[in-house]
Amino acid sequence: MNYQVLLEEMLTATVMSLRIFFFTLIFALPLGMLVALGRMSRHPVIHLPVRFYILIMRGTPLMLQLLFMFYALKPLFGIQLERVMAAQVAFALNYAAYFAEIYRGGLESIPAGQLEAARVLGYTRSQTFFHIVLPQVVKRIIPPMGNEFITLVKDTSLAQVIGVVELLKVTSQWVSSAVDMTPLVIAGVFYLAMNGVVTRAFTAAENRLSYYR
Amino acid sequence: MSSEILKVEGIRKSFDGEEILRGISLNVREGEVLAVIGPSGSGKSTLLRCISQLETVDSGMISICGKVLVKNGPEGKAVYADRNTRREIGRHVGLVFQNFNLFPHHTVLRNIADAPVRVLRKSRREAEEAARALLEKMDLSEKADAYPCQLSGGQQQRVSIARALAMNPDILFFDEPTSALDPELTGEILKVMRGLAAEHMTMVVVTHEMKFAHDVADHVVFMDGGSVLEDGTPDELFSHTKNERTRAFLTRFNENS
Repeated sequence: MNYQVLLEEMLTATVMSLRIFFFTLIFALPLGMLVALGRMSRHPVIHLPVRFYILIMRGTPLMLQLLFMFYALKPLFGIQLERVMAAQVAFALNYAAYFAEIYRGGLESIPAGQLEAARVLGYTRSQTFFHIVLPQVVKRIIPPMGNEFITLVKDTSLAQVIGVVELLKVTSQWVSSAVDMTPLVIAGVFYLAMNGVVTRAFTAAENRLSYYR
Repeated sequence: MSSEILKVEGIRKSFDGEEILRGISLNVREGEVLAVIGPSGSGKSTLLRCISQLETVDSGMISICGKVLVKNGPEGKAVYADRNTRREIGRHVGLVFQNFNLFPHHTVLRNIADAPVRVLRKSRREAEEAARALLEKMDLSEKADAYPCQLSGGQQQRVSIARALAMNPDILFFDEPTSALDPELTGEILKVMRGLAAEHMTMVVVTHEMKFAHDVADHVVFMDGGSVLEDGTPDELFSHTKNERTRAFLTRFNENS
């Protein structure tokens, strides 16, 4: 086994995994907030479709959603997404649903009295949201968000079902073509390294926000 | 004769078909302290919440500093002023809550200075100077950089009073400001409120502290079942009440304390 070629290929594939990871976060983090606010809306016209969306995203396998995004859009809507894009969109839509429920938990944990205090003081609704509510929500959702980020790092491997060449895909190709377990160990180390960084970042964020209760 | 700051006429409010306020009327003049007493569930807090725009009334009239917040339309239903007027009226009003409701992620200083900066568009320096002066007045100068969770309940309540004062309200409402505090801390808050009364701050205080109502208030209102049963000077209410219900409430109160 040519270890230099192996490592090069695995590193390239890792870049693909990271690309899916960051794309998903960039879109799913804000989208999740919109979904959460929609879910909490008092108007059924808004919250019913949003609840349906969350039900679909959490109630069906992510792998099915990936396959749907790549194979089903063409016959249904005449849209053909390129493999990586299809994977990224599927991940972002799926994770937004999970993030939304975490945001909702955080938003609902802010005591109503604080909102009333802000209102009597004359804060506008957006000032209240961005300066009073959001900073506290961020602190409260850090532990469950850490879970989601870690899961996402590992979930990127699902993208291989629609032919995206990411870390685990390359690994399994090497393992099946040569009777050598080394790539499995290396892949494990890579995933651990990525999640090590994620974990450290979350611990740091938690410490930074521990100045108040 | 000093001018009228708050005028309330015949306000009604129902929640789920149950009438909580059954036609309340009040007047508060500049520099006056009005104490609102009465049993739990009599509608005292709802009254304050309606005046400070946290709830809307079903009918009746409220005007603050001569500006009409709400009045009855032709069909006898409440018609509110437009958004800008409501906001403007809100600026005349401060509210101190039973549970303080400080912002836990802000320091004490920021809790007081943030609204003047964001709402009144003061410069941060000016707002913080004013906030420090208020902290000094509240005897909390050394707590400027502390967070609410590091303070006692009495200190938190003093910060929340300073936060309300920082907006320069023309009238300050207190919604059972000492009900979450033990007797010692209660004394600390009542002292601050006596100080404000001495400076002729116009205040409406919903309270179970009868001694405070008796000593400090210019007017006392006794509420029960969503109505004002009696309205008078502390002396009239506490010593010479003619109302059976008021007397029963005060007697029970004296027995328990």
